[in-house]
Amino acid sequence: MKKMINNSEGIVDEMLKGIVMAHPEYLKRVKGFNVLIRENSPVKGKVALVSGGGSGHEPSHGGYVGKGMLDGAVAGEVFTSPTPDQVFEAIKAVDGGNGVLLVIKNYSGDVMNFEMADEMADMEGIKVEKVIVNDDVAVENSTYTTGRRGVAGTVFVHKIAGAAAEEGRDLEEVKRIAQKVIDHTRTMGMSLGPCIVPDAGKPSFELEEDEIEMGLGIHGEPGTHRTKISSADEVTNYMIDKILEDMPVKPNEEVAVMVNGLGGTPLMELYIVNRKLNELLNEKEVKVAKTFVGNYMTSIEMPGFSITVLKLDEELKRLLNAVADTPAFKQL
Amino acid sequence: MIDKNIFLRIINNLSDSIIENKELLNELDRPIGDSDHGSNMVRGFTEVKKKLENVKESDFSTILKTIAMALISTVGGASGPLYGTSFLKASGAVVGKEELDEKDIIAVYEAVIDGIKYRGKSDKGQKTMLDAIIPAYEAFKACVENGGDLKKASDEAQKAAAEGVEYTKTIIAIKGRASFLGERSIGHADPGATSSYIILKSIASVLNE
Repeated sequence: MKKMINNSEGIVDEMLKGIVMAHPEYLKRVKGFNVLIRENSPVKGKVALVSGGGSGHEPSHGGYVGKGMLDGAVAGEVFTSPTPDQVFEAIKAVDGGNGVLLVIKNYSGDVMNFEMADEMADMEGIKVEKVIVNDDVAVENSTYTTGRRGVAGTVFVHKIAGAAAEEGRDLEEVKRIAQKVIDHTRTMGMSLGPCIVPDAGKPSFELEEDEIEMGLGIHGEPGTHRTKISSADEVTNYMIDKILEDMPVKPNEEVAVMVNGLGGTPLMELYIVNRKLNELLNEKEVKVAKTFVGNYMTSIEMPGFSITVLKLDEELKRLLNAVADTPAFKQL
Repeated sequence: MIDKNIFLRIINNLSDSIIENKELLNELDRPIGDSDHGSNMVRGFTEVKKKLENVKESDFSTILKTIAMALISTVGGASGPLYGTSFLKASGAVVGKEELDEKDIIAVYEAVIDGIKYRGKSDKGQKTMLDAIIPAYEAFKACVENGGDLKKASDEAQKAAAEGVEYTKTIIAIKGRASFLGERSIGHADPGATSSYIILKSIASVLNE
């Protein structure tokens, strides 16, 4: 394992210190906790948004703390959900009196730890609501199982619900809008190789030189199946078909798309994918109102990418276009 | 009877067993999770050993609650809330007790199982720690009902837990991160069931010393 770290125990703490030093005009750390909050927290009279999860997905979620997006981000160990006391601390630090919305990615650990924090906040009389993001079409959906994972589509939830909170909507409204984003968002991912969790020191899986893993998430967990590598165009075509099978989009409907890098794939390749993605949607006469290309939700150094489609209506489109100013997402 | 002295030895022994099995648990978590179950559990039980020093003189319930809080605040992932809730429920089941007999242990099992089911919204047959703990509970109870003592019952329990771990290899994961793999989760033992088995085995080994 070759990594630019000091020791695996210090990773999260040292990273958070580095983030605060890089972006002091945006955020600060809650003393003694792995929690980043807006520099001017708590914002009085505004519903606050808190998200978080394991580390290793940077810039998620600390990079989205700022105006128009999150109020607080909780960082767990690498790929490990943060503990309830940490989430609770974030809730207390950002609550401006109008309540807090928790944006949780659908993993058993995240859901349980955030729920326990919610129970703690409840005992202190802080109003908390939560939404669970489950945008990954690679996983079969079922109420009986854990269901689908939350992946890159979570960034759209931060953006749009964050804009709604910034407009002064109340907690129920912000929650309704966040849920609407979740209902309209689908993501599909693939990888060209594994990543190495520092504490494990070994690759998360092994792939032959000519193999790719289709339908994987953001933790180095294997995907749904392996296949021989093919061209960027073919892979993009397969992935967008999977998304549109799950969430049909009619001609003339508007969407926003995100081509998200998992950490080890150059922008050059992401743009090649984006070119094909836009061409395919144009052929289907789907209007692409907004395109995002970059590393929004990564999986340490994994090579690969995901495609996210968000179906827009007037409300979502307006909020997506609203101002956001955070370290990793700026829209002026 | 489990007195204070045996109780503390159990807690120390099970913490050490988890710490010794870090690599095994990470390795089991690699194909169907993200290779960190051992690391997360070790972080938790290292903290448990530290905290235990301060509460050694306290009653069973306080000690178990202290363990629960140590796990909840250090483990993270799914194991933190699940093991944390388990010890918290166990704490509630032994309030006021100075010694624990077979009936008390059955009550602890029942509280723990209820806690895990509630927190994890899970049940047996889903490739989780419950597939080790529920068979262990059933074996323990059956043994006691047939006149078995604590030693014998705890040994039956750990054997049933071992079989439960084997059983998890044959089924599809329904809960947790392994569930995302669907059919591909078959053939692998569940890391959570394995860590539960390690704990039950270490309890039995102290009682059978």
